[in-house]
Amino acid sequence: MTELCVKGLHKVFGSEPVLKGVDLTVPSGTLAAVLGPSGSGKTTLLRVIAGFERADQGTVTLDGRVVDDGRCYLPPEQRKIGYVPQEGSLFPHLTVAKNIGFGLPRNERRGRQVTELLDMIGMTGLGHRYPHQLSGGQQQRVALARALAVKPTLVLLDEPFSSLDASLRASVRADVRAVLREAGATALLVTHDQDEALSLAGEVAIMQSGQIGQCDTPQDLYTRPADPALAHFLGDANLIKGVLNGTSVRTFLGDLTLDHTADRGSGPVDVLTLIRPEQVRLRKCNGNGHAGKAGLTGRVVDHEYYGHDAVVRIRPDVTEDDLTLVARVMGAASYPAGASVGLSVEGPVMAWPVN
Amino acid sequence: MVAPGASLVPLVPQRRVARPWAMLAASVAVAAVLALPLVFLLIEAHGAGVANIGRLIFRPLTGTLLWNTVRLTVVVTACCAVIGIGAAYCVERTDLPGRRVWAVFVVVPLAIPDFVVSFGWASLSPWIQGFHGAVLVMTLAVYPLVYLPVVASLRGADPVQEEVSRALGVGRVRTFLRVTLGQARGAILGGCLLIALMILAEYGAFEILGFQTFTTEIFTEFTIGFSVPAACALSLVLVLLSVLVLGGETAARGQGRTMRAGPMARRMTRRHPLGRAKIPVLCGFALLTVLALGVPVGSCLYWMFARTSAALSGVSVASAAWHTACYSGAAAALSTLMALPLALLAVRHPGRARRLLERSTYLVLAAPGLVIALALSYFSERYADGIGYQSQALLIIAYAVLFFPLALTGVRASVTQAPVTFDEAARALGQRRLAVLRRVTLPIVIPGLAAAFCLVFLSGVTELTATLILIPTGVQTLATQFWAYQQNLSYGQAAPFALVIIAVAAVPSYVMGRWFDRLPKRSEKLS
Repeated sequence: MTELCVKGLHKVFGSEPVLKGVDLTVPSGTLAAVLGPSGSGKTTLLRVIAGFERADQGTVTLDGRVVDDGRCYLPPEQRKIGYVPQEGSLFPHLTVAKNIGFGLPRNERRGRQVTELLDMIGMTGLGHRYPHQLSGGQQQRVALARALAVKPTLVLLDEPFSSLDASLRASVRADVRAVLREAGATALLVTHDQDEALSLAGEVAIMQSGQIGQCDTPQDLYTRPADPALAHFLGDANLIKGVLNGTSVRTFLGDLTLDHTADRGSGPVDVLTLIRPEQVRLRKCNGNGHAGKAGLTGRVVDHEYYGHDAVVRIRPDVTEDDLTLVARVMGAASYPAGASVGLSVEGPVMAWPVN
Repeated sequence: MVAPGASLVPLVPQRRVARPWAMLAASVAVAAVLALPLVFLLIEAHGAGVANIGRLIFRPLTGTLLWNTVRLTVVVTACCAVIGIGAAYCVERTDLPGRRVWAVFVVVPLAIPDFVVSFGWASLSPWIQGFHGAVLVMTLAVYPLVYLPVVASLRGADPVQEEVSRALGVGRVRTFLRVTLGQARGAILGGCLLIALMILAEYGAFEILGFQTFTTEIFTEFTIGFSVPAACALSLVLVLLSVLVLGGETAARGQGRTMRAGPMARRMTRRHPLGRAKIPVLCGFALLTVLALGVPVGSCLYWMFARTSAALSGVSVASAAWHTACYSGAAAALSTLMALPLALLAVRHPGRARRLLERSTYLVLAAPGLVIALALSYFSERYADGIGYQSQALLIIAYAVLFFPLALTGVRASVTQAPVTFDEAARALGQRRLAVLRRVTLPIVIPGLAAAFCLVFLSGVTELTATLILIPTGVQTLATQFWAYQQNLSYGQAAPFALVIIAVAAVPSYVMGRWFDRLPKRSEKLS
């Protein structure tokens, strides 16, 4: 059963098209994320799904039921949607318990359900507090509980963690995921934070200038992006020229194996090859500057140390272009600038024909 | 997980409402009503003939009035700024003993109408009169208008900036001048603007003190000389002065910006110890309280009990109080209602044209109560066959127009407290528009609306000038009855009316002061 289905959605503000034919499907019980830079239209998409804005064209289907087809539309209060706005937007004149019970029928507002939700978000006994007496993370969790109280078909989260401190963000994120999983809710998260989207969602849709560029699992998005632009958008990417022949790509780094999902083309073609920084392996050279194996070498340009890993920029010794490779290395190994290192690439790569 | 019966709900045919037309129309109507007095004034002036008006303006009397009005405005505003800023700094930033008590005593004089302060002083001593008397009386009556905004701004300002200044090697006094006052600059200018406008509009206090300004002269020309063209010509000059004051304030404010970087932690910094200055500062506060509060109230009490020559009619006090409450209450409700569409439009659907519409209503500030009353009464006489002249409706409309800026400030602040995201969150939770209004928007907005109502109500209770012109025949309000007795030198009979006005105005203004006091704490973490 499909919970949310968006087809060919268009929305224009004034003369400016914001959504240009968005297609998106979120299966029941999963958490999906729409990831995009600011101005890409992702918040508008969320607001159309919630019913705060109306579609100009296209359909929004919730649980098999059309709620907006560009001509007719169902008002937000009849859509059974849990909406968690950016700042939480808790009602300042109501206590935490009354905020959570807001959407319930009058006789259930003081009932067991509110207490259970308080327990679920780890705020047992804090129901009498007012929003201004809560920390940012607590406010966000109450906003989520308020949305879940009405047993929504779909929970929409609009950049829910962007107003939190970086230190709080990770823990609130984990809390939210646990709560959503416990409630078994279908959820759609809108964010511009890559880490957030990749770590939270089962499926991520990348939105760029009003269209969904690619929708896939986080792993596939990262390792098998649809085109070089998407590869560049998500994470660090080394894009180098090569020639594709069958299942192998010939580059200055040697012959690399093509990912089995990639288009093999016919005959030799010029391609752009994606090598993620994790795929670049470094070996320390011995004193005379030669790698142990007869491989490629390069010089370290600079080195950023992050504790759990480090990012090293290398200028290969043999290239046609003025090119710098980015490599990510784990652990404590140190690569001082100017050091000579051996280079190799591990694992299959993606490649796209250059035209 | 589908809503039970959801499939039965028909899809609502889509209406494309891009602009809030109804609200826009209401706002334009309100702005038009507010512009009426100034428009009438221009029509009047045009009717009297340009040459005639010119002759009436360019005569020696105008020069005298101009000199009197301007020097009084400048001196009183300066005195109030010094007293208001000093008192605010001591209460908010020093270890003054009994700060909370002083904070109340310093504000309460605002509830005493200027004409009562004037009466209190002038009835005690014949030396209190003319220019010096006017400076003394007006300063004591209106300095809280600087004190209140400055206190609020000092409380909201970031004390760390002062610490940074000290750390950069700037001394305590220079830090006060350069940083503290700089932060409070907008508040100081705003307070001074109000004071200047009040002095331009004041009639009763100056009439008692025998000091001639534009307003007193216009009043005399209109009520005694029955010279509409002369009153009109002088009104034009008065409005022009008010516009100059407004423009000057805007220009001065535009040069500086207050900037706050990021969400600010509100924390208390150590209060500055007064040290050896403690005793003189305490004496200063005591003196201020005696002069601004003790003398007017004491004087009224003295006249009430010392000169019980004429029998006091409790009935007339009650009836006057009833009429005062009715007119002020109706005006307060009307102006709050009028302010709603403009505030909603400005806050929820911002746009340049709409902001301009909202700002245009502040032009009313430039029209003193007397001018509004004259314009309305003249217009009803000339164009409506006297229908509505000296009717209750006209008086209430005059009040509502006169105090509209007060209402708008209050309503706007309260509407800001309920942003659209609250509505959306509530609607997503299954609430219909009306339920959202009842359960979310109104509960959040109502305290602010009540405050706006109170503000206009209080101003109505203490209003004298426009009331004297527009009051229905045979009816008396507290202010007009007080004025009638005072004019007959029946001080003993006038005093109880003054005391009732003070009592009516002081209690709610104290309550409201406490409410505004709590306001920032409530929205502290929400922003």
